[in-house]
Amino acid sequence: MNQLIAKRSLANNELLRSRVLTRLFSALFLFAAVLSQMALSTEKEIATLRDETAIDDQKRPAVLPKVDNSDIKKTRNYPMQPPLIPHTVRGYEVNLKVNKCMSCHSRSRTEDSQAPMVSVTHFMDRDGNFLAEISPRRYFCNQCHVTQMKTKELVENTFVDMHQLMKEKQSKNSNR
Amino acid sequence: MKKIIRLGWQTLRKPSAHFSLGFLVVGGFISGVIFWGGFNTALELTNTEEFCISCHEMESNPYAELKPTIHFSNRSGVRATCPDCHVPHKWTDKIARKMQASKEVWGKVFGTINTREKFQNLRRHLAENEWRRLKANDSLECRNCHNFDYMDFTEQSERAANQHSTSLASGEKTCIDCHKGIAHQLPDMKGVEGWN
Repeated sequence: MNQLIAKRSLANNELLRSRVLTRLFSALFLFAAVLSQMALSTEKEIATLRDETAIDDQKRPAVLPKVDNSDIKKTRNYPMQPPLIPHTVRGYEVNLKVNKCMSCHSRSRTEDSQAPMVSVTHFMDRDGNFLAEISPRRYFCNQCHVTQMKTKELVENTFVDMHQLMKEKQSKNSNR
Repeated sequence: MKKIIRLGWQTLRKPSAHFSLGFLVVGGFISGVIFWGGFNTALELTNTEEFCISCHEMESNPYAELKPTIHFSNRSGVRATCPDCHVPHKWTDKIARKMQASKEVWGKVFGTINTREKFQNLRRHLAENEWRRLKANDSLECRNCHNFDYMDFTEQSERAANQHSTSLASGEKTCIDCHKGIAHQLPDMKGVEGWN
């Protein structure tokens, strides 16, 4: 009988201890969470679209930038980069019925339009066979090709052209 | 039958026995004004956007598609309403177009395009009607607002200036040849000149 009571009290003790421990841990966790939140809000590290506007305020939207319409080809940052679109594409329809881009850039239209033809890779299916028309997987131009806005970068761009990298490396090597 | 026609003709030929000449002249003038004015007022009433989009076919298809385009909202706030592009402004042409449009009443009564699906299925046909009309009248409705003589090529993008100063200037092409689908969505363009 005594033994049984002792066992039970031991079990009770254990239960109590584990409860206290979980409470302690959860309190600690909460404290840490609050701390990190405070750190975040003071550091302003994350630039959100709302940009620290109070929750009950409506942020004044930024002025819409203009689309670059210069028709001047931009340098590609790397050889495989999809070329940028140097003109406006307002209202250009690309859907199952029509592809407005192809009314200038398709193979048969380039003589009239003097626009660059879509590259031959666009005629290949996934197995590398050349098709007569652009491949369905390349049909939606705006998946890869985009226009550029005349605006400041939202985030600093640290991209370095590989030629620049190679030059730097070479100059380093020659300095040694 | 013959008797009735003869009687009517004789009545018309004979001078009036009861009404004075003054009454007939003034009365004729006044009723002429009323009838002619009424006719033109009714005609103008059918020439408004409210009238066009009073049918749901027009409101939920072409009108809804017009809204995001430059002919509906733009920097200067000048906008085109349905009749600006779809009805000639000159009277005789307008009457001719209105007579053609009586077929559209038929379409309304029998629900030719009373769902979006039916409208989509007929879109190529409907678009071709408009292309044909604009091609035939040298894009007259475009030119009601866009006057070639006052186009400033230096204000246009280089590509636009090139095309306007050559093909459009020589009359070889007209507005609709290139500017299809600028106010409404395009149909399937397979086989249309200038599209693949």
